[in-house]
Amino acid sequence: MSIDVELQAAAIKYKNKQKVKDRFISAFIGIFAIAWIFPIVWTVWTSLRPYKDVRAHGVFSMPKTLNLQNYADAISRMDLPLYFWNTFAITVPAVFLTLFFGSLIAFVVSRYSFRWNVSLLLLFTAGNLLPAQLVFIPVFKMYITLGKAVGIPRLLYDSPWGVVLIHVAFQMGFATFVLSSYMKTVPKEISESAMVDGATVFTHYTKVMLPLLRPALASLGVLMTTWIYNDFFWALVLMSTDSKRPITSALGRLQGEFVTDYNLLAAGAVIAALPTLIVFFVLRKQFVSGLTLGSTKG
Amino acid sequence: MNSTATGSKKAHRRRAFSRADRTTLSAFVGVPLFFHLLLVWVPAFLTIVLSFTYWSGISISRIKFAGLANYKNIFFDTPAFWEAIQNNIIWLAWFAGIATPLGILLAYQIDRQIRGHKFYETAYYLPVVLSLAVTGIIWNFLLRPDGFVNGLLGRDIDNAISFFGNYHINIYVILTIASWRHIGYIMLLYLAGLKSVDMALREAASLDGATEWQTFKKVIFPAMKPVNVIVIVITIIESLRAFDIVYIIYGSSAGFPILGTLVFQNIAGEGASMKGAAYAVILFVLSIGPIIAYLRTTFKSDVQ
Repeated sequence: MSIDVELQAAAIKYKNKQKVKDRFISAFIGIFAIAWIFPIVWTVWTSLRPYKDVRAHGVFSMPKTLNLQNYADAISRMDLPLYFWNTFAITVPAVFLTLFFGSLIAFVVSRYSFRWNVSLLLLFTAGNLLPAQLVFIPVFKMYITLGKAVGIPRLLYDSPWGVVLIHVAFQMGFATFVLSSYMKTVPKEISESAMVDGATVFTHYTKVMLPLLRPALASLGVLMTTWIYNDFFWALVLMSTDSKRPITSALGRLQGEFVTDYNLLAAGAVIAALPTLIVFFVLRKQFVSGLTLGSTKG
Repeated sequence: MNSTATGSKKAHRRRAFSRADRTTLSAFVGVPLFFHLLLVWVPAFLTIVLSFTYWSGISISRIKFAGLANYKNIFFDTPAFWEAIQNNIIWLAWFAGIATPLGILLAYQIDRQIRGHKFYETAYYLPVVLSLAVTGIIWNFLLRPDGFVNGLLGRDIDNAISFFGNYHINIYVILTIASWRHIGYIMLLYLAGLKSVDMALREAASLDGATEWQTFKKVIFPAMKPVNVIVIVITIIESLRAFDIVYIIYGSSAGFPILGTLVFQNIAGEGASMKGAAYAVILFVLSIGPIIAYLRTTFKSDVQ
């Protein structure tokens, strides 16, 4: 009895101690969390202030006016609609094709047992992990050579399609890997009954497989959209005309051009980040599950 | 008898596919495979071959065999290479020793649902979705000579600290920016993994009077082995390949040499030399270990 009471007292004491500790930990993490978002908050703040105001009174001055003028200026002076359109023309086909190709391989590998299934999966996953720099020189030459051969020099080099294709080739490895590990969690019986019913491979894919894959495709689609949207390496090296580049690649040049007008640049940066911020706040669940489906299987 | 049985089974199975089905299957595998091989594996192989040649990149007939000359040049006549290696090693040490452990501990605390954990998760996760191009601009606002930090330190433009230009500090400045993103990324991966750890394990440990640190070290961390491997691999690969943030800040100038930018300087634009290919191959060779570790962990159950 007395031992029991003693134990209980010890447990309460321990719990109280833990509570104090937890509060300390929480405060500590909290201070850092505020520091973490500060750079973003500061950028948004900068973007709302007129340049003249800052130049006259310094960055720490209390603002006389806060408005969206910088945003309007950024959109017109930086040609942002054009760059957004370029991004759109690369991201949408690239994500669509990546998901399509990835789902085809994942379908075959997870629903039919061929001897080379695992090797195929390994090939795709390993391909996705190769450094982009390792493939750049030959891809560049291939694009130019192909353009010359068919008489359309800008067929792939300096064209959105060239950037789309290289994204698809790389990312389909990741898509295949994620979708096939997702398929493993779906019972095979559904597929087997379809096969017994005499469904062709094609209907099996379109009528049975695709509906099952929908949640995984949604998550992966969101993740791929952010990745391809954010990438600037490929558009930088495979395009030579600046007005064709997507917004993230164009930002570098804009940064140089508008180097003195920080407030305008801040507005441009916020606008460029907007689509990813929307993804962050609206489609967060899909983003996280896309990321973790691929990295923490099982 | 046994073999004939499996033999006939195989034959049966083969017959089960109609001609149309066989065509569909071949197309399903063949088309994606074609693009993947053509744009990833074939170029990777060609780059390895090219790294042993001299070539200005213009006409294929002018490729000349160079043996190990490109590599010799890199190892013995290019001081920037060793500077880059040094920077990559510091990068890796920082990520492995500071950023990744912080991300893991953060995930652990947030997973325990300490007060405010929802807000914390959001705050640390936010930089992960931003493009590095945007990240570069954002940090430039804070660190430029007339920016927030210099203002806070009471320095005006004339005696401002040059955070990106000063050799003694710029690597730590860049690593801070890189960690701003990396910590959130690791936290996300780890959080997802922690969700799969049995709650009963933790409760048992805390009933036994284990402290938080002991619970983490003895119970949680070992239970997370597959995630740990992935996190380690990601840390190594990201440190080797670091490129974007440095490129955003320094452009293609040699302001801050790391492997990723050295490769870039030597392959992009005019005067491409196959030294660039050799750099890319070195980068590849260094990443083989982590890539294999990653594949082994993720495909362990498939290969058996």
